[in-house]
Amino acid sequence: MFDELSQRFEDAVKSLRGQDKITETNVEGALQQVRRALLDADVSLPVVRAFVDEVRSRAVGSEVVRGISPDQKFIQLVHEQLVETMGGANAPLAAGGTAGAPTVILMAGLQGAGKTTATAKLGLHLKDQGRKALLVGADVYRPAAIEQLRTLGGQIGVEVFSLGTEARPEAIAAAGIAKAREEGFDTVLVDTAGRLQIDTAMMEEMVRIREAVQPDEVLLVVDSMIGQEAAELTRAFHEQVGITGAVLTKLDGDSRGGAALSIRKVSGAPIKFIGTGEKVEALQPFHPERMASRILGMGDVLTLVEKATKEVELADVARMQQKLQEATFDFSDFVQQMRLIKRMGSLGGLMKMIPGMNKIDDGMLKQGEQQLKKIEAMIGSMTQQEREQPDLLASQPSRRRRIASGSGHSPAEVDKVLTDFQKMRGLMQQMSRGGMPGMPGMGGMPGGFPGMGGFPGMGGMPGMGGMPGMPGMGAPAGRGGAPKPARPAKKRKGFGQL
Amino acid sequence: MLEQAAAQRRQRQQELIAIAELADTGSAPAPSETSTSTSTSVSGSGSGSPAAAPAQPSPLADAAEPSLGAFDDTFTWSAEVLAAQGRQLDDISLEEIDWLGRLRRGLEKTRRGFVTQLLDRLGDDPLTPEVLDDFETTLLRADVGVQATDQVLEALRQRLNEEVVDPAEGIRFLKEQLRGLLDEPITASGVPLLAPERERLNVWLMVGVNGVGKTTTLGKLANLAVRSGYSCLIAAADTFRAAAVQQVQIWGDRSGVAVIANPSANADPAAVVYDAIGAAQSKGTELVLVDTAGRLQTKHNLMEELAKVRRIIDKLAPDAAVESLLVLDASQGQNGLRQAMAFAKAAGLTGVVLTKLDGSARGGVAIAVAHEAGLPIRFIGAGEGIRDLRPFNSFEFVEALLAV
Ligand SMILES: Nc1nc2c(ncn2[C@@H]2O[C@H](COP(=O)(O)OP(=O)(O)OP(=O)(O)O)[C@@H](O)[C@H]2O)c(=O)[nH]1
Ligand SMILES: Nc1nc2c(ncn2[C@@H]2O[C@H](COP(=O)(O)OP(=O)(O)OP(=O)(O)O)[C@@H](O)[C@H]2O)c(=O)[nH]1
Ligand SMILES: [Mg+2]
Ligand SMILES: [Mg+2]
Repeated sequence: MFDELSQRFEDAVKSLRGQDKITETNVEGALQQVRRALLDADVSLPVVRAFVDEVRSRAVGSEVVRGISPDQKFIQLVHEQLVETMGGANAPLAAGGTAGAPTVILMAGLQGAGKTTATAKLGLHLKDQGRKALLVGADVYRPAAIEQLRTLGGQIGVEVFSLGTEARPEAIAAAGIAKAREEGFDTVLVDTAGRLQIDTAMMEEMVRIREAVQPDEVLLVVDSMIGQEAAELTRAFHEQVGITGAVLTKLDGDSRGGAALSIRKVSGAPIKFIGTGEKVEALQPFHPERMASRILGMGDVLTLVEKATKEVELADVARMQQKLQEATFDFSDFVQQMRLIKRMGSLGGLMKMIPGMNKIDDGMLKQGEQQLKKIEAMIGSMTQQEREQPDLLASQPSRRRRIASGSGHSPAEVDKVLTDFQKMRGLMQQMSRGGMPGMPGMGGMPGGFPGMGGFPGMGGMPGMGGMPGMPGMGAPAGRGGAPKPARPAKKRKGFGQL
Repeated sequence: MLEQAAAQRRQRQQELIAIAELADTGSAPAPSETSTSTSTSVSGSGSGSPAAAPAQPSPLADAAEPSLGAFDDTFTWSAEVLAAQGRQLDDISLEEIDWLGRLRRGLEKTRRGFVTQLLDRLGDDPLTPEVLDDFETTLLRADVGVQATDQVLEALRQRLNEEVVDPAEGIRFLKEQLRGLLDEPITASGVPLLAPERERLNVWLMVGVNGVGKTTTLGKLANLAVRSGYSCLIAAADTFRAAAVQQVQIWGDRSGVAVIANPSANADPAAVVYDAIGAAQSKGTELVLVDTAGRLQTKHNLMEELAKVRRIIDKLAPDAAVESLLVLDASQGQNGLRQAMAFAKAAGLTGVVLTKLDGSARGGVAIAVAHEAGLPIRFIGAGEGIRDLRPFNSFEFVEALLAV
């Protein structure tokens, strides 16, 4: 669905190409696709409508700057609008609590959203900042809710307070605050039971808890997989309880997380943190730009660019480019490329940031990483001469056998890597000349997502030029670094499927 | 399961008639406290609703038998829904009406907003593109998804090209389309209503992403099984999440079902399943319910772990009737389809349970899941109470989805 989506989006936006101006009429097709992309990302329909209207009025008649085509301009606008709507810099947690006058944070949300887990994650986050937090278990309904919080508190070494399941939640919360004041805690995190926003009795209880603890912060915890419900959920909690921020959980999966837009748009409250795993450490600050790319299905382009710019020397890229064009890219270049990649972080982290690749699952990544290790081992068994002249290997089976036994692989495996490598060289050569037939085995990203060049600081995506074609990996094609982006490979195969 | 339920229903109806007769004297019928042994054990195990807070909502209060509410329009609506299924009022239990009422409560807002209003506005005029837009809105807001929505609306458009259709007929046609998509895999399975087979080992595996309601659903199924006279055992194979074993233990206690667990932290879930199947085989247990840890479908190693559990089951109990049920949260959106695809692969899914339908979310993604993954929806969950589980019925589901 993802690929299809980006592809369709791309096609629609392309209709803007060659126009000298974005007009009411020529922008409609592209807006339709934005609408669709947002709905597929589970942004709530009323929010989608308002958003599309905003983009329309902003886009129509907007000056097209020299060097940026209207389609690029359009994507840039959509992205900017998303980022602006979701809020600028990431918002910190209310602080300032002192021993005796603690900051109080109240957690709220639907059943199973991740409140208890988020309570513990925040507890750890505060502890790491040198604060003294108390966790309060005020969920008396869900079986073993308090034991769950106690276990998590034990894991992070933060005290947990509760009065069992026979006390009223508001009484537990109030007693927790009293204890914190007396015993010098500077922050109190109150975990509450999951509740539906249409359950009036439970919502009234939430209001009683709020009145009992007078929180500095009410965090709505929302599962990033949530559907259209997000807007109504946020509205109800905001109107009835009053929220100051949100935590979006389970973003380690492949949900597009459109809820982020709905939450912000409906409540005006910022998303403060995201949950990225079941473990207590898996909490991160929210970045609107990354979320915007994720919602649009563009991958974490900006982060990638940031990293790429930082880590890769432009001179290297130019040299590599040259080699690609001349098909003189050899195994030593390959090793160098791999080092670059490693400097930029894990392969997994990197791939997930590439548009169209973020749906790659850990399995494929693992396979890819293993494949890389294998190739690395083989290269390790090559002489310098062989590295620089892969043709030597092609013509002399004895060399191949030596490498096989030296690297602990079968001769067939070595043969395969070599063939792939040769193929890749040929392809890369063609690619950098502009034509890119089929790209078998490259299975990469949609090479040129239109408008990517339009993002601030995205120039030619430095560093990406050298990345294409790690044999055996079906690696992303990258942007090819060439001025004219390559056609996206329509058929994407996974890793290791050459 | 059915006979048992029917017998219970009859008994309940007699009680209600008695109450109704009493009510003739003028006092409103008090909710009867006829707690079965099941609901006694429920209140005993920590619903904890304190006496000090009478307004305290206790989800577990649902564990009690449904009581006769006012003869309100929820009641009539529910009765209508059931009657439209071609069923006589006599074979409709209060439990069912209560259930539907709860389903409908979540729909209150939009229900009024949509179709009735639409019909008022349009009367008998032919369907216009604007009306189609309204249909589209309803479907999209119910999380049906762009693709499935396009598909059913396209069918309707084609129909409109052939003949003049009024709005009422348009809605009827739409419902028929949606039901078709949901019923297809059920028909294909050859099992219209899923129940454990008697005198044979049945293993039901509950799988799904984090927090969707696997453990709760399992607790409800255990209770249903006990009420229906099956011997039952729970395998606590979520060895990862904090207090997961305690949670499932409480659910087991509520219905008096034994729980097989491994006390050591992070024990191998496959080992727990191994123990449970062994115990079931030696005791001749009919139903083993396996609780598994929540996992996102993108986590390769966790999906592998699940596949291993599934293989162990097939290996240890080759003659057992195995159901591998994906628990899907109705409040979730389009990710549900990806979940279905990935879990189908790792766990050999045979069906779906749709939970949290008591909320205002409609669970429209179930349509895509049924259609594209070809999975029958088997049960729906509509509450946190032990009885808030019910066999899936496409008629009810679609009525609730469009909420006419
Ligand atoms: N993968 C992943 N799982 C998460 C994340 N946050 C929470 N979970 C899991 O989601 C499930 C539900 O989390 P809880 O913290 O129990 O949710 P809750 O909102 O407290 O649930 P109730 O108290 O029942 O309403 C558990 O299995 C958690 O491990 C996350 O960021 N990523
Ligand atoms: N309103 C409502 N809540 C439900 C329903 N089913 C489950 N829940 C609640 O959802 C939350 C999570 O339920 P669990 O059964 O713990 O979910 P799980 O899938 O086992 O969660 P993990 O094991 O953490 O992945 C609990 O608070 C349940 O009470 C339902 O049908 N309706
Ligand atoms: Mg909780
Ligand atoms: Mg569970």
